[in-house]
Amino acid sequence: MAAEEKFTPQTWPASPEQATLEGKNKFLGFWFFLGGETVLFASLFATYLALKDSVPSDSHAKAADLFELPLVFLMTMLLLTSSLTSVFAMYHMKNYNFKKMQQWLFITVALGLGFLACEIYEFIHYYHAYEHTFTSSAFGSAFYTLVGFHGGHVIFGLGWIITLMIRNAKRGLNLYNAPKFYLASLYWHFIDVVWVFIFTVVYLMGMVG
Amino acid sequence: MSTIAQTQKRGFAGTVWEYLTTVDHKKIAILYLIAGGFFFLIGGIEAMMIRIQLAVPNNDFVSAGLFNEIITMHGTTMIFLAAMPLLFAFMNAVMPLQIGARDVAFPFINALGFWLFFFGGLFLNLSWFLGGAPDAGWTSYASLSLASEGHGIDFYVLGLQISGFGTLMGGINFLVTIINMRAPGMTYMRMPLFTWTTFVASALILFAFPPLTVGLFMMMFDRMFGSGFFDVAMGGNTIIWEHFFWIFGHPEVYILILPAFGIFSEIFPTFARKRLFGYSSMVFATVLIGFLGFMVWAHHMFTTGMGPIANAIFAVATMAIAVPTGIKIFNWILTIWGGSIQFTVPMIYAISFIPSFVMGGVTGVMQAAAPADYQFHDSYFIVAHFHYVIVGGIVLALLAGCHFYWPLMFGTMLSEKLGKVTFALFFTGFHLTFFIQHFLGLMGMPRRVWTFLPGQGLETGNLISSIGAAFMAAGVIIFLFNVVMTQVKNVQVGKDPWKDGRTLEWAIPSPTPFYNFKQLPLVRGLDAYWIEKLEGKTEMTPAEPVGDIHMPNNSFVPFVISLGLFIAAFGAMYQVDDKAWAIPVLIIGMGVTFGAMLFRSIKDDHGYHIHKEDLLDDADKGGTR
Repeated sequence: MAAEEKFTPQTWPASPEQATLEGKNKFLGFWFFLGGETVLFASLFATYLALKDSVPSDSHAKAADLFELPLVFLMTMLLLTSSLTSVFAMYHMKNYNFKKMQQWLFITVALGLGFLACEIYEFIHYYHAYEHTFTSSAFGSAFYTLVGFHGGHVIFGLGWIITLMIRNAKRGLNLYNAPKFYLASLYWHFIDVVWVFIFTVVYLMGMVG
Repeated sequence: MSTIAQTQKRGFAGTVWEYLTTVDHKKIAILYLIAGGFFFLIGGIEAMMIRIQLAVPNNDFVSAGLFNEIITMHGTTMIFLAAMPLLFAFMNAVMPLQIGARDVAFPFINALGFWLFFFGGLFLNLSWFLGGAPDAGWTSYASLSLASEGHGIDFYVLGLQISGFGTLMGGINFLVTIINMRAPGMTYMRMPLFTWTTFVASALILFAFPPLTVGLFMMMFDRMFGSGFFDVAMGGNTIIWEHFFWIFGHPEVYILILPAFGIFSEIFPTFARKRLFGYSSMVFATVLIGFLGFMVWAHHMFTTGMGPIANAIFAVATMAIAVPTGIKIFNWILTIWGGSIQFTVPMIYAISFIPSFVMGGVTGVMQAAAPADYQFHDSYFIVAHFHYVIVGGIVLALLAGCHFYWPLMFGTMLSEKLGKVTFALFFTGFHLTFFIQHFLGLMGMPRRVWTFLPGQGLETGNLISSIGAAFMAAGVIIFLFNVVMTQVKNVQVGKDPWKDGRTLEWAIPSPTPFYNFKQLPLVRGLDAYWIEKLEGKTEMTPAEPVGDIHMPNNSFVPFVISLGLFIAAFGAMYQVDDKAWAIPVLIIGMGVTFGAMLFRSIKDDHGYHIHKEDLLDDADKGGTR
């Protein structure tokens, strides 16, 4: 089977994720999928901006009351760094260094879990301190849907990367699983980009607007 | 591993299992055709009930509440569960062959897309038996649908969500297939028009379905999980739904009509025996329609109160779409001009499509003028308009496509004689039903009304309309009879049955071998097969020697993934009623789906190879199914 052929760093192709037709198809298809995801998040952003601070009465907390930038800054750093470490992982994937790739992926996952823990703490905090919930106001619904959809993507991305790491732990890289690792890292970058927009539109604009 | 012999000679159960697990685009096309045809019949029965109810004033054939459910399900079923899957059937059956590919880019996802659509449609239609169907119109505006009691709207939201995922996957699959899988020499500007329209429609699917997904999620959260997106008392805004629905909904009509244009663009050159006039301008017009299709959604909302500036912008953008559409109409006419025309059934449909669709287009431009639209809005004029473009465009294309591509899909030819009877009944009935509705609308009859009073001048028009509907129903019944008779007789017609096939799909043996092309063909220009014919050849020039062919394995996983969501949807819906079993069912269903996805991820699936020797043996037999 060509896809399971054993390689050495010398014979490993330059772009292993696109060395087979299946890989090429996955690569292009996944970019299209991310295009669709972009529209999905654009719709969620539009909804959030339309419903921002739209609460039934003045007793409800608004964006400027809720957000605390130190925590959000920490989350941003965790996620941005994890995007960098996933680049390192892909660098080693392209150099046929399976062990180093796994190590960097492990760090990526650890950072992602750190981000997720902060986000869960954040949501619980809003609930206890401000009674800001999914069902308390249209603002709450829009906020938790936008940020929660992103959080859901983080969970799915973590599950995906962990699955790939465990599944391939004993057999190393080949042209069948290289596209899989590459796409998971592409997905992780996308999650990161969405967070950059959430940080700007939801948190920074929430503090000043 | 699997060999060619293994794919022959199956019992009934074996055939069912084959279709449940198939990843072959030709078989998935047949699944889409059967499922889409089934939903088309259900939608047609609903249409007949509407016309019976409205045949005479003060009728009580159905109650007012039931009438609302019927019109909602008629619209939803016809758009999402009949028109789209039937077009997907032709895209699957024809497009990979037209570009000289052995399969689509993602055979597994192709199957997954079908099963998601099927389970979504099934879920939606189960509402009839489980406490009532959705009743807020196919647009399901939030201010109506949030107030709707029972689970009707929940069925709508969850059913469309599931089937929408399937459509999105299908769109991505076709895009990648067309970009990556074209045969040697098949440049973009040599692609047949049906492939081009599939390409643009797929791009529209990719960018139009996510807004619907978001809208449906918000509706689901509002109805089932207590959020307040559309609830004004919680600070929400009911207009948000309208925007998302139409940001999706307007591209959706181009997703439907572009492949229909594509089918006709194949039929005209074949039976006029001339190449398509203005091919490059046709491609340009297709892309331009796709682009402008995203700029016009708010023309559905002129009376919402967006203000004169927004209305003016959307009015002008809407009128602009008439330009590329006009280019297409003239190109089709000039394709026929001076051709050596054969009046086969597909050609008759194609020729009758031009005036029918132009009438729908003209009323469309009338409505694009925002001040005039204030008069037309929510009247039967609108109903007449969109049935003129959908029936006069898409349904005529589907019927034409059935006749034209039947030999490609099944190896048999539908009866031309019965086809002409169907055409005469359906075409007469169509104009009888909908032409008069323009005038009913102008006389003030609002759409979606359960009944009307005598003495307002609406009796005759409505009666004529209902008689027309009966003609259409008779046409469809004769078409079904035609299908059954053709398949019972099972006269195989062989390769290139229309004798004048121009494109690659007619160059392969019939029935089509399951690997499509033994050797990939060398494409030397537009209408690749026609070029070979001009040189007196009957086969394509091969672009490669005979070699091993890589094939994907069948899989039951797509069915299981879709089934999981189907189960989960019941849990999501009934947890509103505090049923103890609902949350566990939701969790189990999602577990089945994600478990199946995990299984797919963990278990390697390399497919198998058909060996060169088997291919050479197979050569004399003309392939197997």
